[in-house]
Amino acid sequence: MRQLRSRRSTIAALVVFGLLAAIPFADFEIPGLFNGLLSQPGPLQLLALCATFAGVALSYNLLFGYTGLLSFGHALYFSVGIYLTDILLTRYHWALLPALAMTFAAGIVLPLILGAVSLRVGGIAFAMVTLAFAQAGSILVYANPGRLTGGEEGLGLDVTRIPDFLIGVINTKNLYWIALGYLLLTFVVCWWAVNSRPGKVWQAIRENERRVEVMGLNPYVFKLLTFTLSGFLATLGGIVYLLLLGGATPGVTTANLSLALLLMVVLGGAGSLWGPALGGALYEYLDFRLLKLSSSSEIHSLPVWLRAPLAEPLFILGVLFILLVFFFPGGIAGIAGRLRRAGHR
Amino acid sequence: MSTVILLLVTGLGLGALYFLIASGLSLTYGLMRVLNFAHGIFLTVGGYASWWIAVRLPIGEPWRFLIALAGCMVVGAIVAAAVEVSLIRPLYRRHIEQVLVTVGLALAFTALVQGIFGPDPISYPAPGWTQGVTQLAGANIPNSRLLAIAVAAAVFLLLAAFLRFTRWGLIVRAGVENRSMVTALGIDVQRAFTLIFALGGVAAALAGALGALYFGNIDPQRGTATLIFAFIVIVIGGLGSFTGSVLAAVVVGLLQQFINYYSSVYWGFSAAGDLSVVLLLAVVLLWRPQGLLGRSVG
Amino acid sequence: MSAPTAIRTLLEVEDLHVHLGESHILQGVSFKVPAGGVTALLGRNGAGKTTTIKAILGLVGRSGSIRLSERELTRMPTHQIVRLGVGYVPEEREIFSELSVAENLKLAERDKKPRYDLVFELFPELQQRRAQAAGSLSGGQQQMVAIARALLNENQIILVDEPTKGLSPLMVTNAASALKRAAQAATLLLVEQNLQVARTLAEKVVVLDQGRVAYTGDVAELMADPALARRYLGVGGH
Repeated sequence: MRQLRSRRSTIAALVVFGLLAAIPFADFEIPGLFNGLLSQPGPLQLLALCATFAGVALSYNLLFGYTGLLSFGHALYFSVGIYLTDILLTRYHWALLPALAMTFAAGIVLPLILGAVSLRVGGIAFAMVTLAFAQAGSILVYANPGRLTGGEEGLGLDVTRIPDFLIGVINTKNLYWIALGYLLLTFVVCWWAVNSRPGKVWQAIRENERRVEVMGLNPYVFKLLTFTLSGFLATLGGIVYLLLLGGATPGVTTANLSLALLLMVVLGGAGSLWGPALGGALYEYLDFRLLKLSSSSEIHSLPVWLRAPLAEPLFILGVLFILLVFFFPGGIAGIAGRLRRAGHR
Repeated sequence: MSTVILLLVTGLGLGALYFLIASGLSLTYGLMRVLNFAHGIFLTVGGYASWWIAVRLPIGEPWRFLIALAGCMVVGAIVAAAVEVSLIRPLYRRHIEQVLVTVGLALAFTALVQGIFGPDPISYPAPGWTQGVTQLAGANIPNSRLLAIAVAAAVFLLLAAFLRFTRWGLIVRAGVENRSMVTALGIDVQRAFTLIFALGGVAAALAGALGALYFGNIDPQRGTATLIFAFIVIVIGGLGSFTGSVLAAVVVGLLQQFINYYSSVYWGFSAAGDLSVVLLLAVVLLWRPQGLLGRSVG
Repeated sequence: MSAPTAIRTLLEVEDLHVHLGESHILQGVSFKVPAGGVTALLGRNGAGKTTTIKAILGLVGRSGSIRLSERELTRMPTHQIVRLGVGYVPEEREIFSELSVAENLKLAERDKKPRYDLVFELFPELQQRRAQAAGSLSGGQQQMVAIARALLNENQIILVDEPTKGLSPLMVTNAASALKRAAQAATLLLVEQNLQVARTLAEKVVVLDQGRVAYTGDVAELMADPALARRYLGVGGH
């Protein structure tokens, strides 16, 4: 029965990814959700961003959903992917491949070191430490040492270092496929984490650390591995994000993004496989649309006490988050699970 | 020499702000094991409330300032108590959910303030005497710093006296050690929670008002930004240790101030102090994970 | 045989279930504690004695019915149960080490006139060490504080969990006589591994075995039958 279900879900996953990959050829509209044909650069860009955040959310899910490590600093590794690549390409004029290699290396070394320190403590203290490290990164970016990061204004990407097929509005579909590829990668990694032996250990850690120790395994090492892998995946997401936006802005280094990641995972359903991906995509979509909505004329005609909260996407998302935690702690995946079980009765 | 005195006092002033916001966090965590991410909003509320009151009172100093200060304390207490009763209490013992809810609240509230008052810093109508300086051992100390230190010292003494001499303080001290045994003695700990939350809210609101004085303005992000340093302070001091948070606040404030100053003088880089605080956190964690005055785990 | 006097049931536990994690620790425990005197709750390690005590107090999640003087306890929060007149001497003593002896006692006060005279008569050392931090006391002294807390107030029933654990023989005697005094004013439900103490103090006994009630009756009967004692208590019935 389990075999059948896992084969069925593999087929479902393949179908979904196949459909998603075919979107750049989809010459139809979904009115209300997207402006214009799905195959056009506008919607494709948005979908690519959604896919990227879906992947980053999955990387955070590995940490929080599967292993139970509440990190408030995940945005740091995402930012490293963005800023390091940008700085190497734009300020130091490196070629693309060496810059990518360097960022890959940083994406492994940095979470390894910071994780080794942070995991010395658990629970709340761990959360605080990860927050502090991320904040240090944010401070560094805003302080603009040696004019490397561009400070508050951000750093535009020097596109002469990027191969042609990734530049320009015409090639948005290529970037879309890269983003989708990134999502597929993180999805596969998470799937492997659940179903492989290390994955089972990871989940055991979330349930009961002492039992793991009794089994003769060192929880610290496993947690550190998770932390590093999760950070590395986030860094990859950062690279994709940089290519999509063509530049780096310091807003991604703030605690807000780390908290938003938490929101994405909880929204989708922590610990499930596709839930956080959906949560990430949904969050990015809502953030984008709400921003447009907030500057629309309909909102401006509302009285100030209604307009103020509705004009701020984070307000709606924050309230949504609170409602979720109270009424649907399992997120979307939890709701789907409940519906499925109800359907079986 | 006068520079050192100045740095010492301004560092203590910064430490005073950290203490005001960290003390409530420390007690809340110690008693309730809740990490209140929304604690920053009490600071924001305090800052904006004191501003809002001050610009509307047509009376002179120092009464306008004092009333604004008193008003922001009341607002801080009410908001904190409301948050505890409506959001924290229903999730009793579900610690992760409590943290998540406070995160959502922090995001929503900051966005709300930003929506109502705008994202830009609002200038704070500081009373004249706080803009002045006092001569101390050859250095010109801004009075706003001295005020912050005085208020923090007063709050510390009051809180310490509360903990030491009142029944509720006794309950809090016992509850930090063993919450369930306190209930097994017939005491309703939940009321202590609300009380501590409210006290923390008052202290944080004061930090907001004094911080507005300190920086000359108030903005919606100030609460979250200061909160992060408050978190660092309580981890360094030891989670749940009241005296630890005092000690750590002073150390962090001084360290940040001194290094920020000298690094900007010698290297033109003014954020080194902030970074060194994070480094201090890492060092403390590697050397003594339970914090300076925290209790050993296990 | 004299005419039987009507013995009132003070505490009635009915079909008590407790799950901790994946373990079904109490599997339908039912027993009655008569008013007055001492009822011992015995059983091997892991039988569920401490869990039963905690369940009565509401310190663990439970299902079933627990009635104290006809009041149903299962819907009440712990502090409300205690205020009905339930004293508690926990297995690990659980005194507050950062507080002084006097503060530990003060915290436990519930009535308008807490019985310090009784407490200091039984434990004069506590009066001497009033200002000392409770964490610096010896094991025996800490146990005195734990028992004193339960004696300060008038209680209907006092739940005592292994009061002599880890104590020297002298301290065991002290504790036992303190509990004997306590039993004059309140009913005691006593968990004890030290069968001698149990036999000295208790008249009735409830034996738990693997989360269920295996035997109820008089202490004397149980101790008089070595085979029975060995089966339920895992000892030769010394």
